[in-house]
Amino acid sequence: MREIRLSTTPTAEAIADLRLGDVVYLDGLMYTAREGVYMRALEDRANIPMELPAQSAANFHCSPAARINPDGSFDMGAVTATASFRFAKWLPEWMAKTGAKLIVGKGGMTSKDYKDYFVPNGAVYLSTVGYGTGALLGRGVENVEAVHWNEELGLAQAMWVLKCKKMGPFIVASDMNGDCLFERENAKIAENVARVYEGTKPAVLKRYGESDDRTDEVI
Amino acid sequence: MISISHIQSTAETLMDKAAIEIPQDYLDGLQEAARTEDGDLSCFVLKAMLENYEAAKEDRRAMCGDTGVPRWFVKMGNDAQVEGGMIALEAALRRATAAATNGVPLRPNRVHPLWRTDHNNNVGIGAPEIEYGFEPAANAYEKADWIDLITVHKGGLFGTDYRMLFPSDGLQGIKRFYLDSLMAFGKRGLACQPAIIGIGLGGSKDICMTLGKRASTLRVVGSRNSDPRIAEMEDEFKELGNSIGMGAMGFVGKNMVIDCNIEVGYCHTGGMPMSVHAFCLSSRRAVARIHADGRVEYRTDPDWFTPYQRRETVEWEPLQEAAE
Repeated sequence: MREIRLSTTPTAEAIADLRLGDVVYLDGLMYTAREGVYMRALEDRANIPMELPAQSAANFHCSPAARINPDGSFDMGAVTATASFRFAKWLPEWMAKTGAKLIVGKGGMTSKDYKDYFVPNGAVYLSTVGYGTGALLGRGVENVEAVHWNEELGLAQAMWVLKCKKMGPFIVASDMNGDCLFERENAKIAENVARVYEGTKPAVLKRYGESDDRTDEVI
Repeated sequence: MISISHIQSTAETLMDKAAIEIPQDYLDGLQEAARTEDGDLSCFVLKAMLENYEAAKEDRRAMCGDTGVPRWFVKMGNDAQVEGGMIALEAALRRATAAATNGVPLRPNRVHPLWRTDHNNNVGIGAPEIEYGFEPAANAYEKADWIDLITVHKGGLFGTDYRMLFPSDGLQGIKRFYLDSLMAFGKRGLACQPAIIGIGLGGSKDICMTLGKRASTLRVVGSRNSDPRIAEMEDEFKELGNSIGMGAMGFVGKNMVIDCNIEVGYCHTGGMPMSVHAFCLSSRRAVARIHADGRVEYRTDPDWFTPYQRRETVEWEPLQEAAE
C-alpha cells in the first residue's frame, strides 16, 4: 500500500495523484465540522470564524475527547471520526462556501455524492482507519489552535482547529473519477452473499418497506 | 458496610481503565484475527488498531475519540450494604462519570434527544444507565457482602437491531437475521468490526434487547453459554459471520466476528424475538469487586451470567439445599 504525506491545503495535482486505498498522513491545519457547525454556518448564516480555504481545506467529521482547562488551554486526548453519510444534506453548500478539498470522516459517502459534488469541487474523501484509532490520531495533533462556537454548540459539536503533524493513518476512499473504495469492496463481497444465505428464507413477518436485496446499503 | 467514597474513587478508576486499556480477552482475539487475515486493506486496519491500543496505554489517553455511552452495571451480593444506601451509590456513579469525562478526558457525548442540551459531562436524564443484578452467597458459610461495579463504554449508533421472529422462522430465520445485521452494518465498517457480537433471544421486547446487549458487553471472548446446544450455536455463528468474506471497515476479509455470545430468556409462546448487538473495536469494559472490608479487586471479566442469573426455577435450589 502506498504511503503519502499530504498538506491540509493540498494542490490539485496532489489530489489528482491519490488512488483508492492509499494511506495518507496529514500536515497542517484541520478543522472539525459536523451537524452543529453546518447548521450554524449554513442555516443560521453565522460567519465562519476562519479563513477558508486559505487556512485549511480539510474538514474533519469529528469531535475529539478533549478538555478546555480553566486557563483556556486545551488537553487533547483521543480523536475519532463520526459517520459522514449523515452530512450529505449540507456538504455541497459547505464545499462551495469553504473550498474544502479533503473531507475526512468515517465510512465515506456514495459514489453519487462523489460524482455530484466532490469531483466538481476537486475534493476527495479520506477515511479514518478502524474505526477508532483515536490514540494514534491524537498523537498527530501537535496543538489545538482554537475552539470556535463552544458556547453555542458545546464541546462535541464545536469547531476545533487542530494543527496536524503527520496525523494518520487515513485511507483514500474516493478519487477524481468519483469512484468509491467502499462500493468497490461491497461489489467483491456481494459475489459470496448468495452462498452465505443458502438455506435461509425471509422472515414470516415482513417489515414495512423491507427490501430483500442483500447487495443494498443502509446509507 | 461499603463506604461511599470508596465506591466513587473505584468508579473513577474504572472509567479511566475502561477508556484506555483494551481488555486482554478482546486483544487476544484481535491478535488472532490479525494473524489469520489475508485481505491487504483489512490487514492494514487490524495492525493499525493493535498499534492504537499500545499508543493509548503508553500515552494514558482514550483509545477512541468517541466515548460511546458510558454506563454502569452493579451486581450486589445478597449481604452487601452501602453507606447511604442506593441513592448515594447512584450519585457516586454519576459523579464518577462526570469527573472522568473531564479527567481522562472523554468526549461528552450525552445530549438531550430533542433540545440537544449538553452538560459536557456525560450525565443527564437516564444517563449514565445504571442496571442492577443480585447474587446469592456461594454457600451457607460465606457472606456475599461485596458489590461488583462494571462500567461499559459501548460505542455504536450502528450495529444493533431487533426483530420479532416466530417459531416457524426457526434456526434458519435466526441465522438470516444475524447475517442481515452483520451485512447491513458491516458494510463500510459502520459497526466498527471485528466485534464481539451479542445475540438476545426471547424475553419481552425490551428484555430481548437487554439480553443481547449484555451478551456482547458482559461476556468475554472465548466464554460459552452453559447450555451446550447454545454453546454450539455460538461456535457455528462465529464461523458463519466470518465466512461472509467481509472484514474490518467492510473491506474484503475473513474477520468480522471476534466472538459470538448468545443469551436467552423465556418469551411469549407465539414469538421468538431476537436482537443483535456489536461491541466495537474499542470493547471498553472494566470491573472491580469492592469487599465489605475495603479490599478492591480489579478485573476485566464481568462474570455476569452466573448460574443464578440464568436460573429457570421458582426457588433458587442451592440456597434451599443449604438451608435444609
